[in-house]
Amino acid sequence: MSAATLYDKVWDLHRVAELPGGSTQLFIGLHLIHEVTSPQAFAALKDLDLPVRHPERTVATVDHIVPTTSQARPFADPLAEQMLATLEANCAAHGITLHGIGSGRQGIVHVIAPELGLSQPGMTVACGDSHTSTHGAFGAIAFGIGTSQVRDVLASQSLAMNKLKVRRIWVDGQLQPGVFAKDLVLHVIRSLGVKGGVGYAYEFAGPAIAALSMEERMTLCNMAIEGGARCGYVNPDQTTFDYLQGRPFAPSGEAWGRAVAWWSSLASGPEAVFDDEVRFDAAAIAPTITWGITPGQGIGVDEAVPTVEQTPPEERPLAEEAYRYMDLQPGTPIAGTPVDVCFIGSCTNGRLSDLQAAAAVARGRRVAPGIKAFVVPGSEQVAAAAEAEGLDQVFVEAGFEWREPGCSMCLAMNPDRLEGRQISASSSNRNFKGRQGSATGRTLLMSPAMVAAAAVTGRVTDVRALLQT
Amino acid sequence: MASSAPFPTGPIRTHRGRGVAVVGADIDTDRIIPARFLKCVTFDDLACGAFADDRSELANAAAGPHPFDRPEHREASVLVVNSNFGCGSSREHAPQALMRWGIRALIGESFAEIFFGNCLALGIPCLSAEPAAVRALQEAIAADPGAELLLDLETLEVELESEFVGVNRWRVHLDPGPHQMLVSGQWDATGQLLANAAALGDTAARLPYLAGFSAV
Ligand code: SF4
Repeated sequence: MSAATLYDKVWDLHRVAELPGGSTQLFIGLHLIHEVTSPQAFAALKDLDLPVRHPERTVATVDHIVPTTSQARPFADPLAEQMLATLEANCAAHGITLHGIGSGRQGIVHVIAPELGLSQPGMTVACGDSHTSTHGAFGAIAFGIGTSQVRDVLASQSLAMNKLKVRRIWVDGQLQPGVFAKDLVLHVIRSLGVKGGVGYAYEFAGPAIAALSMEERMTLCNMAIEGGARCGYVNPDQTTFDYLQGRPFAPSGEAWGRAVAWWSSLASGPEAVFDDEVRFDAAAIAPTITWGITPGQGIGVDEAVPTVEQTPPEERPLAEEAYRYMDLQPGTPIAGTPVDVCFIGSCTNGRLSDLQAAAAVARGRRVAPGIKAFVVPGSEQVAAAAEAEGLDQVFVEAGFEWREPGCSMCLAMNPDRLEGRQISASSSNRNFKGRQGSATGRTLLMSPAMVAAAAVTGRVTDVRALLQT
Repeated sequence: MASSAPFPTGPIRTHRGRGVAVVGADIDTDRIIPARFLKCVTFDDLACGAFADDRSELANAAAGPHPFDRPEHREASVLVVNSNFGCGSSREHAPQALMRWGIRALIGESFAEIFFGNCLALGIPCLSAEPAAVRALQEAIAADPGAELLLDLETLEVELESEFVGVNRWRVHLDPGPHQMLVSGQWDATGQLLANAAALGDTAARLPYLAGFSAV
């Protein structure tokens, strides 16, 4: 059983009571909400005639359904408009802050909470969205919840939870040029499987992790859930503190020093005990890309689609289903696979450093003929920062579309979607069947730089070749 | 196909109903309910979205139609699945859609964690069983879709009574916490959470970040 890890310390601190059913009542320090998973929770609250217990600990934004072409109200899609209007009404009725469109702070919930300094070490963070694991990058325990639990947090600022086991994922060495946090996490999921993390929190540690920027750590923790781990985290360190200092909701003045002292005390120390440990060598990881229909079906860009014989027996039915659905031949190299659509964005890879990495590839090149390529910044702040550096111009000159912030084609609840059998190179996090809006559409997950490389060549390309020239 | 059976309430100790098998590993919540059905502010109309894309894909396929479209499963209330069912998005729309279609319990090799919790919050048990037992159940349902399954949550056994394949019994597993919550009827946590108002206040008071870090 784990002991003295950051997970254990934060868990103990937030423990309210043991519940009759055997689970633990856990206090939630930060509750994030958006338009898709909150309306039914507010309705349930109304049915029960309950107030919101800590409206100041809940923060809202709108991301999933927002159009990325024109964000003028009312939205062209009446259902999308109704969802935003419902969120606005609920926030107004309960005194919850909503970072709405045009506020300068709107964006994907997992992009804005970190950049506003809301997500901090030592907090418990919950949101009706599985990629809440992102906030673990700060050394928080952050996890996705369902709508009934959103109701519970609104009503009681707490949840009935069962403690997870803790697996340390220790990464030695250093990522090579052209290899990013996205490649690292796709590699981890490929190795441990999409259910490998069920029942675990993943602590990411080791020299390669310490060297990652906060944005890279967010990419890593974001996809812990794709490996089955409900939360992933990185111990807070100087990188964390430097990122937080000066952000609107971060502590300031005298409180800053006290905050840093407390945050530092939370990190898993040498005495920490883990339920399990797995080691990786960052230097051995190539740009990694998925070929199938789960994020675990990944390979290095220099590898071939695995054959049935190379696939463990229990994974063969899924591999067969993936060959059929993706229309890829086992044993064929993945590099060179033609793509139709290139999407850069999402809570995994829609931050400034992601856009910088993609722009470095796009600069001075042209999107290949017939390819639709577009960039969706993760937030209004990311968009403004990118525009201030002229990245929007780099993309536009290369033939990419530069869009307004939102979730966009990560899950296609807005008009951005694949058509028919189109195949996308996507910096998002899920390659599930139908994920990008067409029931037969296909998705190849990869880093933003790899998406840009696919856009300018029209096919899956090892970005390392483009970075050398 | 929306069931008219009432939604779960109170202690859940047994369930009797027909089975429907949806075979495959890693069936994610995007497949259980595609994102376009999430454009709603209530869960009321989700039944028709359950497995919508898989159903249309299979509608005219040789292997089709999808089990949810087969008349012999119209009355089914126990969904039998394979491993890591419900992975992916946290959308409660997934169990809500299944519940509104008529599902009241699931048996599978394993379940994704958030999905499991979402089902628990609705009073829908997700029981795990050995792969061989799941396979046997799925085959028995295929052989005799009219057979009734009897789930006993107290003894954690499932029995299938079929004219054709006789009576079979399997062990199922449920972790002690959720098990206790379901059989005691305390699976809907809100009331319990609110009952601890004083302890909630105490916890909030000792959290440094709620007090300008002065409590450190
Ligand atoms: S970007 Fe994609 S994964 Fe992230 S919150 Fe939006 S829809 Fe979910």
